[in-house]
Amino acid sequence: MTEGGVPPAQPLLDVRDLRVEFRTRDGVAKAVNGVSYTVAAGQTLAVLGESGSGKSVTAQAVMGILDSPPGFVTGGQILFRGRDLLTLGREERRRIRGAQLAMIFQDALSALNPVLSVGTQLGEMFRVHTGASRKDARARAVALMERVGIPAARQRVGDYPHQFSGGMRQRIMIAMALALEPALIIADEPTTALDVTVQAQVMDLLAELRREYRMGLILITHDLGVVADVADTIAVMYAGRVVETAPVHQLYKAPAHPYTRGLLESVPRLGPKDRPLYAIKGLPPSLTAIPPGCTFHPRCPLARDLCRTDRPPLYEAGPERTSACHFWKETLDGAR
Amino acid sequence: MAPDDPLLDVRDLVKHFPLTRGVLVRKQVGAVKAVDGISFALRPGETLGIVGESGCGKSTVARMLVGLERPTSGRIGYRGQDITRLSGRALKAVRRNIQMVFQDPYTSLNPRMTVGDIVGEPFAIHPEAAPKGDRRRRVQELLEVVGLNPEFINRYPHQFSGGQRQRIGIARGLALRPEIIVADEPVSALDVSVQAQVVNLLARLQGEFGLSYVFIAHDLSVVRHLSDRVAVMYLGKIVETGTGEQIYDHPTHPYTQALLSAVPVPDPEARAHRERILLSGDVPSPADPPSGCRFRTRCWKARELCARVEPPLAVPDVLRDATGPARHASACHFAEERRVVPNT
Amino acid sequence: MPEPHVPKEAIGHGDGGTAALAIGEAESLERAHAAGPPPPGGAPTGRPRSLWSDAWHDLRRNPVFVLSALVIVFLVVIALWPQLIATGNPYRADLAKAQQGAAPGHPFGYDLQGRDVYTRVVYGARASITVGTCATAGAALLGSLLGGLAGFFGGWWDALLSRLADIFFGIPVLLGGLVFLSVVTSTTVWPVVGFIVLLGWPQVARIARGSVVTAKQNDYVQAARALGAGNGRMLLRHIAPNAVAPVIVVATIALGTYIALEATLSYLGAGLKPPTVSWGIDISAASTHIRNAPHMLLWPAGALSLTVLAFIMLGDAVRDALDPKLR
Repeated sequence: MTEGGVPPAQPLLDVRDLRVEFRTRDGVAKAVNGVSYTVAAGQTLAVLGESGSGKSVTAQAVMGILDSPPGFVTGGQILFRGRDLLTLGREERRRIRGAQLAMIFQDALSALNPVLSVGTQLGEMFRVHTGASRKDARARAVALMERVGIPAARQRVGDYPHQFSGGMRQRIMIAMALALEPALIIADEPTTALDVTVQAQVMDLLAELRREYRMGLILITHDLGVVADVADTIAVMYAGRVVETAPVHQLYKAPAHPYTRGLLESVPRLGPKDRPLYAIKGLPPSLTAIPPGCTFHPRCPLARDLCRTDRPPLYEAGPERTSACHFWKETLDGAR
Repeated sequence: MAPDDPLLDVRDLVKHFPLTRGVLVRKQVGAVKAVDGISFALRPGETLGIVGESGCGKSTVARMLVGLERPTSGRIGYRGQDITRLSGRALKAVRRNIQMVFQDPYTSLNPRMTVGDIVGEPFAIHPEAAPKGDRRRRVQELLEVVGLNPEFINRYPHQFSGGQRQRIGIARGLALRPEIIVADEPVSALDVSVQAQVVNLLARLQGEFGLSYVFIAHDLSVVRHLSDRVAVMYLGKIVETGTGEQIYDHPTHPYTQALLSAVPVPDPEARAHRERILLSGDVPSPADPPSGCRFRTRCWKARELCARVEPPLAVPDVLRDATGPARHASACHFAEERRVVPNT
Repeated sequence: MPEPHVPKEAIGHGDGGTAALAIGEAESLERAHAAGPPPPGGAPTGRPRSLWSDAWHDLRRNPVFVLSALVIVFLVVIALWPQLIATGNPYRADLAKAQQGAAPGHPFGYDLQGRDVYTRVVYGARASITVGTCATAGAALLGSLLGGLAGFFGGWWDALLSRLADIFFGIPVLLGGLVFLSVVTSTTVWPVVGFIVLLGWPQVARIARGSVVTAKQNDYVQAARALGAGNGRMLLRHIAPNAVAPVIVVATIALGTYIALEATLSYLGAGLKPPTVSWGIDISAASTHIRNAPHMLLWPAGALSLTVLAFIMLGDAVRDALDPKLR
């Protein structure tokens, strides 16, 4: 199932055939069904998907912060610098988290502790992980806040999260993720809650820091515009599976999966309106009743008998490209 | 009423929320100037898009239009009568004609009511709109119109997805055959593929029922797709208004230009040759807006004049003689056309 | 390139129709993610279910609920028809048998005045259950009415009511009971019920006010208002059904404590008065003789504890089932 293309060097993160399910009293919801993707150092991978596609659950499993129960990793590997995180002990994973793997959440206000000043929270990272002194930790907190562009950092280091605006809070979240210079940052919808003008500032900051620290970045989002702006490669997810991976330019120019194509065509553009938007018919499937065959076939304009019965593997659809569509070639040709 | 007369004529609309202090004796210590004197008109069959970032007052405008909030001052003219002065029966009659579609499909439907009761509630409140025996049939028709199975009438909201719920909300808004629908971020809570379905539905219904929309959103692309005319709001004021082409392709106000340039474009090729205007800082507090032009604290063109004199929303002097689409109302002393949207 | 090889799965129900209804699940799963913490314990399914049927579904499977409900049903039955299990007369005294232990036909023995303890324990249920249910009903009705209106209308009415509730909160229960009830000469349960309602409503009112304020902010209430719905319709159709659950929870738990409060007041001589048969009175009378005749105290005290426990456990189970934060 994993792609055959050999990456040039050992990737930073290599997720292989990951499976996660949620055991609820109403049945088992298969949230992630064999997801594979890789991220190299200094690279930005965008994981694109709608609600219920499993994009966030995959990230939680990688971080090791999956709520369990009800969530369980039932298969696969998460290779971080060649080591399978799933085989590590609780304590070892905790040490990797924060120091080498960091996460940025959508809602900075609820991800920050409201009763501690931001300086204390930032300093905590240094005190816990590097045993810095109180004074030293505070100085480094101020330096970090300056680095992420918080004006008057020295005066504001003692302020509490609610005293900052949404954009500033997201910068503080980024500062916290950055504190220990991790090798990989996972950003889960980091700008969804922000206004466009602020969103642009925050995305620019993230891209700049990624270059500066040569970090890997996984950007989880549903926004095709944000992806086009910052990603190197894209993994498109649907119903708990990766349905297409490709370098960003190729994917936008010629998608190799009908779902990706539908998504691209259904986004309204800033240009003049001329015709109704293309709309993918129907709705994503329930995770407790994933259709047989290709999971997208009930909504797919190209679906044939084969799609209703046989689940497509991730075909190689070109150099560095994969597509989980039996008819990827037709899709690709149709798009060109 | 002549066909070209505006259906809605909003003049100098103001909403200030008082800031009070004290427990027993309340003392007003200031006011949040959520909406601070805006005027616009809505013509029959037209869609007016209102865009702006959070806190600019666009939702407060929506709530005043449908009577959920009483304006501090100003006038909302509907077919010649000022509805802000109406109450009781007269207000109820006007409400039939101005309906609202809400943003969050999860909180806008009562979880304890069936779809039939939700969509039929307008008839229960306005019994004259449909005879009792006819209501069930009318509700089923409405469900069909918005693309839902009429047999779903006895189901509860939690049995539907977000997109389907939004359709239920639209069916409720259509029940009384209103002339105007005020939609406050109707698709921003939906997934991309479902969002397109609902946008298309709104466009189709407009043609079918001859509706006029006030479409409020922060997503500039969706607004462009649906709107005939667009008003850009910043900190309680309209800063620029014009047709879709005028605003998107020929913006003259620096805020509009910055806003448009910040919209992520789903085209990686545009990355390289796109010019981005990055604004510094945050939106000031509406409780204490800057003097003069409200945008001046973040504007790269700001000069001493901007702090002193508030620019009116009118065709700027420098563009008065222009003939092209750049000639439209823009509240800037130094208005100047600048194209920021790449041609796609 | 490898040929697709995927095991054939069950073919058939792959059309959109089946998926359409079950969708809520996938979405709610992801919505929970969007809100921060990972997925909820129970995702809704396509089955038509309301909060109440959901709660009932949970309760039926909860042994704590089943057990406490059985005890309560039993208590209510003997409160209504004590003759069913006690054929004696709770007032018949035979001083010759005073303080005697268990005897054939008199399993709990005799009290200070030679009355049958078993019969008195059975008859005592009536006072406890009557006071508990009536006081709870009164406090819940008064509290949710006042609190609900305060939450709905807000303004000066809300401010006034909140201060008033604070004043009642400030009254020490026992001291207030001793002072208030000592001037009452009636031997019925009603003064006690009245006193408990008077002290109990603010607690319910606070909860009711809070949940009405929360419900009021929901868009569907705004939607009804935008349609031109009147206050009555908004309150009854939209707010009350969505705000009532916390009130029920707090009332169920309060019931047990009210019963205990009645017994305490009766023990202190301020609550029920003879000839009413009450566990509190009997415990009080027996307390000075605990060394030589413990049975006189233990049986009514045991009955009281069991009753209070049953109601509190019931309240806990109901809270677990209705509390949306735990689902």
